[in-house]
Amino acid sequence: MISGHLLSAEDLTKESALGLLATAKELAAITDGPNKKLPTLRGKSIVNLFFEDSTRTRISFESAAKRLSADVINFSAKGSSVSKGESLKDTAQTLQAIGADAVVIRHSASGAAKRLADTHWIQAAVINAGDGTHEHPTQALLDAFTIKQHLRSSENDLTGVRILIVGDILHSRVARSNVILLTKLGATVTLVAPPTLLPVGVSNWPVEISYDFDKEIANCDVVMMLRIQLERMNDSFFPSAQEYSKRYGLNSSRLRKLSKSAIVMHPGPMNRGLEISAESADDLKSVIIDQVKNGVAIRMAVLYELLGGAPIGAQR
Amino acid sequence: MIKISRAKLTDGRVVDIDIENKVITKLQTSTGKPTADAIDAGSKLLLPGLVDLHTHLREPGREDSETILTGSKAAVAGGFTAVSAMANTNPVADNAGVVEQIYRLGKEAGLIDVQPIGAVTQGLNGEKLSEMGAMADSIAKVRIFSDDGECVSDPLIMRRALEYVKIFNGIIAQHAQEPRLTVNAQMNEGIVSARIGLPGWPAVAEEAIIARDILLAEHVQSRLHICHLTTAGGVELIRWAKARGIQVTAEVTPHHLLLTDDLVENYDPIFKVNPPLRTQKDVMALREGLAEGVIDIVATDHAPHPAEDKDCEFHAGACGMLGLETALSIVVKTMVQSNLMSWADLVNRMSITPAKIAGYKSQGQDIAIGMPANLILIDQEKSWKVDKNLMKSKSKNTPFHGTELPAVVTDVFHEGEQVMKNGEILDKGTSQNE
Ligand SMILES: [Zn+2]
Repeated sequence: MISGHLLSAEDLTKESALGLLATAKELAAITDGPNKKLPTLRGKSIVNLFFEDSTRTRISFESAAKRLSADVINFSAKGSSVSKGESLKDTAQTLQAIGADAVVIRHSASGAAKRLADTHWIQAAVINAGDGTHEHPTQALLDAFTIKQHLRSSENDLTGVRILIVGDILHSRVARSNVILLTKLGATVTLVAPPTLLPVGVSNWPVEISYDFDKEIANCDVVMMLRIQLERMNDSFFPSAQEYSKRYGLNSSRLRKLSKSAIVMHPGPMNRGLEISAESADDLKSVIIDQVKNGVAIRMAVLYELLGGAPIGAQR
Repeated sequence: MIKISRAKLTDGRVVDIDIENKVITKLQTSTGKPTADAIDAGSKLLLPGLVDLHTHLREPGREDSETILTGSKAAVAGGFTAVSAMANTNPVADNAGVVEQIYRLGKEAGLIDVQPIGAVTQGLNGEKLSEMGAMADSIAKVRIFSDDGECVSDPLIMRRALEYVKIFNGIIAQHAQEPRLTVNAQMNEGIVSARIGLPGWPAVAEEAIIARDILLAEHVQSRLHICHLTTAGGVELIRWAKARGIQVTAEVTPHHLLLTDDLVENYDPIFKVNPPLRTQKDVMALREGLAEGVIDIVATDHAPHPAEDKDCEFHAGACGMLGLETALSIVVKTMVQSNLMSWADLVNRMSITPAKIAGYKSQGQDIAIGMPANLILIDQEKSWKVDKNLMKSKSKNTPFHGTELPAVVTDVFHEGEQVMKNGEILDKGTSQNE
């Protein structure tokens, strides 16, 4: 069981993470059945506080909350400039007055979720749905769930699973959370990126680093492609989309080099033709649709544990 | 006349002194007994008043965070008898009118010497030189020029500024920050920034400008001062420049002598500062550099901000920390208690040398007959606990709230007048704006 807030994958122990994956599996089994809804969180208010647009993540959390019968308030604060810092505090105090039990926050500033949890602005449970270039812990949980589902269903953790995370590591909250969680669960992680898109302090991370995608691709069980923001090109992180795609894109020739059982992942939304070819995205190895589906299950599990749902057995 | 008895000097002598007409008129070895109608120093240290070459007093423009009067009080509480007020006010101190206004407000407050610094470029925009000559000729007699807050990043403008101030023996104080290497930067770039996902502020962004500017200073044979040095590499560059005979001086802030970048881990903007907190390795190099004299002085970079500018997410937070009231204690803690420096060295780095760099004739002088009476008494045996709610500054943004620190400033004398007595600032009955 987890309690309090979920701000970072660092908040999870191996046991609590595996516990969440098990809860997610159980909840998914129930809500996939004839009763799509569980009464567990009836009367609880969950606020989706999104300072950045992310329809996919918001819908996933909303759907998870509704399947647990919680009330959902969508608060889109997009356009509120981070340079006017009061806005996060003011918004939090408003939500406190409304009586939110949990706040799911997406914000462009790293640490925004942590600030919400640490300050006296609001008492609610805080769930980090992506803070700047820091973390996105529920994404890492759903990725771990998906990997386990495809490669390790009979075993407990991810020991021995070889994972490549490819692309813009520097700016990726998905990569940070995944490195922490997947290595905690026993996986071996290699980051593949041009040096411009790796943080200077990456040497301290429990991972291997490679600049050469072709060298790594044959020796992995999972290849996780990260989205490339097109504005990175204008900032000279790489010379052109073509050159990036050629060196670091998952194209059909690289797809063929993957081992037979390997899977292809992407947190979405994809830039088809840039970091991933249409063929790779739609290939049988691709589990991208499963990731989306599992996202709802994971978020149900997180809300369920943080808001103190009754034991699952009692719900049937 | 003011008499002080049993005051201990940094050389170990215990003396009785008389002060009259702004100067020390008598100095003799103490008999060991307190003199009648004298301020009894007991075993307290008597030092020349401290001099800060880097203070943000915020007036005119941001009187909600500090005024020249409240900043003067904070300075007195910290043992300073002179501060140099940075030019990044609103309007910017880039003309004779504004620097004279600041100078006059300082006189009206009447607690310390407030000496304005002039901007190098108009509006701190880095493009056109401000009228430095007019500021030098004004009643404020400005000699230090700085765009602090901004870097004079254009190498040609920097060259011209260094050359131009030679007319009146001025000095350019550079805020060394390569702007292109610090776009959106939030904290030191390294292990911690990689982990917590804040955009990095690399050491090289500071060092590249220092390297460029010491070469420019050598080429045009002018005086350069580097503000708030923070990196081990920067210390090496200054050491190299001094060995070559280049006229460069450098300062370090108290907070960079003590705090490190891992404090940013919780994203609390109280630890957000420009330049950013660096690593333990940098802190140790700065301490060694200061002890050796490679870094000439300590300067506070006192930067008051209203509560709302720190009670927010890290990106939205303002850069800067209060410094005046804790500076001496932090230097005692990091440098004297660690045996890297003596009290005499501290006086050198916080009073004598800053006064020399700035050309403040009545500050940073020996304690001797005929010398100006800008003096402070310090109880070195006592410690105190920093309380942000008890600061004399109008703002509360100290990163040291709750910290127990050594050395208490008890009494301050400015131009022969007592302005602080037993920790209480003496009200001069001024009606000026707080
Ligand atoms: Zn500065």
